[in-house]
Amino acid sequence: MDFDLMFTSFPKLLGATAVTLKLLFASLFFGLIIGLLFAILRLNKNIFINKFAYGYSYVFRGTPLLVQIFIIYFGLGQIEYLRSTFLWVILKEPYWCAIIAFTLNTGAYTSEILRSAFQTIKPGIIEASKSLGVSNKIIFFKIQIPIAIRQSLPAYGNEIILMMKGTSLASTVTLMDLTGVAKYIISTTFKPIEVFIVAGGIYLFMTFIVHNIIKFLEKKYYFNS
Amino acid sequence: MELLYFGDKGWGDELFFATLMTIAVSITAMIIGFIFAALFTPLKLSNNKILNIIGNAYTTVIRGVPELLVIYLFFFGGSGAIMFVASIFGYNDYIEINAFLTGSFSIGIISGAYSTEVFRGALQSIDNGQFEAAKVLGFNKYIYFFKIILPQMLRLAIPNLSNVWQITLKDTSLISVTGLVEIMRQSYIAAGSTRDPLFFYSFAAVLYLLLTYLSMKIINRLEIKYSRGY
Repeated sequence: MDFDLMFTSFPKLLGATAVTLKLLFASLFFGLIIGLLFAILRLNKNIFINKFAYGYSYVFRGTPLLVQIFIIYFGLGQIEYLRSTFLWVILKEPYWCAIIAFTLNTGAYTSEILRSAFQTIKPGIIEASKSLGVSNKIIFFKIQIPIAIRQSLPAYGNEIILMMKGTSLASTVTLMDLTGVAKYIISTTFKPIEVFIVAGGIYLFMTFIVHNIIKFLEKKYYFNS
Repeated sequence: MELLYFGDKGWGDELFFATLMTIAVSITAMIIGFIFAALFTPLKLSNNKILNIIGNAYTTVIRGVPELLVIYLFFFGGSGAIMFVASIFGYNDYIEINAFLTGSFSIGIISGAYSTEVFRGALQSIDNGQFEAAKVLGFNKYIYFFKIILPQMLRLAIPNLSNVWQITLKDTSLISVTGLVEIMRQSYIAAGSTRDPLFFYSFAAVLYLLLTYLSMKIINRLEIKYSRGY
């Protein structure tokens, strides 16, 4: 066991954790918006809109995240037209490509989580508020959304942890996140076990924090439904 | 389309064999995962505190650490560990382990952690009366486990195991970083030599979708088979 290496690599890995967290927060933020949008589309009565939203979540849940990143980072650059538009400013940066891929991926999972949460809301609650003369807007924002949030918290907590692990794939498109730096140290020192313990420990610590935040929120939003 | 021709001109046959490789790695990893699950599920359910901690440590660590990091651990550490064991027996040459074995083993350990959780959940949701009745009726251990508990457990576990299978199948794309030629690696090679990454990676996505779709069909049949009588 090389404890010196563990001590010297710890600050480097901690610095890389900032990149991991940035990627995670950006993709969770945009992913939540996209997920909510597609969850609402899934509940739409129109069969085409419905099928479109289903197709999106099916494709992104059925293919590996690595393929999605590679298509966006290596593939989209090939389209000549894209290179001439302002989108190219974003798409030539591996950082944004990774965020786009993560956002679309977590958006697909989030839309499934939210859809099933919306569907578990008892129709009686909505009917009751309608007969009390509450407007549709208030029903949606003040009744459906809070109940859906409560219902989806445990599953969404899992999704956050899965996404945190997913950000490790950013290292395949040259980004130096926690896993990227860990791999760099392993390949220069050939001490995989020591680096794995430190880097894995940081990941586990983050998992532990997310787990406890979700537990706290679950208690806070607890009600009999 | 001619990029997909079989033979020297296109990449059709290469991608076909790469798909077979992905299936082979997934199945091997799934089986290795079952072996790990069979070892760790009893530990997680045991009354002994120390065994319990070992079981929980396995599932917590593996499910909380990125798959890629686990793969790097085995890819860089695997041959070192084996060489160390070999040196105890007096063999000091360099040993290179097969990429297929390292890949399936690291994915297998990951999928094993998920399978352990599934089996634990399934065992816990079997009615206690079943265990007691089987004991009271004096069945021997073989019948007790294989004819009474296991079939009930499988019925409850199959829907969740199908999720584990999907995760495992998608995780195999990550072992392309170790150089094993499966779908992702083959697409990478093809994209590099034809300068057409968009086409090959999209095609890889289609192959993965096809695999997940077909495996869902097969698993649904199994599900029906094991829920006979319910």
